[in-house]
Amino acid sequence: MSVVTMTVNGERRSDEIEDRTLLVHYLRENLRLTGTHIGCDTSQCGACVVHVNGRAVKSCTMFAAQANGADVTTIEGVAKNGQLHPVQEAFREHHGLQCGFCTPGMIMTAIDMIRRKPSLDRQTIREELEGNICRCTGYHNIVSAIEAAAKQMSGKKAVAA
Amino acid sequence: MIPYPFTYHRAKSLAEAQSLLAASPDAKLLAGGQTLIAAMKLRLANPAALIDISGLGELSHIREEGGSLAIGAGTTHADVAASPIVQRAIPALAFLAEEIGDPAVRHMGTIGGSVANNDPAADYPAAVLALNATIKTTKRGIAADDFFTGMFSTALDESEIVTEIDFPRPDCAGYAKFRNPASRYAMAGAFVAKFGGGVRVAVTGAGSCVFRVPEMEAALARKFSPDAIASVAISPDGLNSDIHGSAEYRANLVTVMAKRAVAIALGQSH
Repeated sequence: MSVVTMTVNGERRSDEIEDRTLLVHYLRENLRLTGTHIGCDTSQCGACVVHVNGRAVKSCTMFAAQANGADVTTIEGVAKNGQLHPVQEAFREHHGLQCGFCTPGMIMTAIDMIRRKPSLDRQTIREELEGNICRCTGYHNIVSAIEAAAKQMSGKKAVAA
Repeated sequence: MIPYPFTYHRAKSLAEAQSLLAASPDAKLLAGGQTLIAAMKLRLANPAALIDISGLGELSHIREEGGSLAIGAGTTHADVAASPIVQRAIPALAFLAEEIGDPAVRHMGTIGGSVANNDPAADYPAAVLALNATIKTTKRGIAADDFFTGMFSTALDESEIVTEIDFPRPDCAGYAKFRNPASRYAMAGAFVAKFGGGVRVAVTGAGSCVFRVPEMEAALARKFSPDAIASVAISPDGLNSDIHGSAEYRANLVTVMAKRAVAIALGQSH
């Protein structure tokens, strides 16, 4: 057992956990942040994607102890003051989901993708979604949502600059 | 899936990692963990302890030194792919890093971990071998030709830690792989590097361990063009054969991928 301390969605959390605890289990079972899903549990489907120190990672393939001292953001932490994140809003607007199971991971991956590549075409979006699997939609509306969100977010930045 | 219990240590320095490793023979080093954690979850690996070296600044750097490019063993695939230094010095290496796994995996996985693990279908071993890189460890420097000894095995001893990979800068280089459509691992991948003194060709994914192709190297040294190796037949003997492709199919893929890699090196395609 070890004590891990990390900032999750802006809140400092500290717990004594088994060393073998995966980050996804810590988030879901200790912190009750069940928006982060476990799909394949083998690092392929991306339902468990969260941000650790600003970078998208698969929380099923990382121990909570590795995130000791880190800044973690989950799907519960992306909306601010009751306002959906532009990527969440775009998924709603473009109906980028059907059953919704993969959606938290898709959105966390999309936010990270737009951070790294503000200018995204549809082919690049599809390549960047390599590690996220959706079994319902065929991806078409997911790609449209991310494309729209990227355009909207870069437009905002241009105005702010 | 939950691994067997183990004790987690985060090393604060390379020296501490070495002493922890020496003190616990059943411990394993944890870098990005993108292979090791998966194996532990399947309970195929059962280390008594993990020594986390992922955060060590001593292992994370990219710099040009004379005619070579030195990459710290703890550098992630994402950082290699996005590095302007790598993109300028050896663009084929930045391209290779960008093609590994998916973005989330590339944020965690490291070059040192990939090389030390020596998965038969991993990408980095092909670059290390074709570029005639030197694998620097806490004990010595090991030439790529001596490093990869077989499936998942290397010349590293139990208490040795990879610290840096030094890549000589080639005149030009290219990497092409044919991905398994499901796993995305290379069914065959070829890295071709042209130096003043000759050409090196290394193949991953097709056999039990990365290997060089001397016949292609000789043909490309005479004439560096895709058609120079079009008639070099690879023997299927000893190549992988499974539900995804026969040894004969992979043997043919090696030639196809090597031709593409030469074309990429010449700037004829991407």
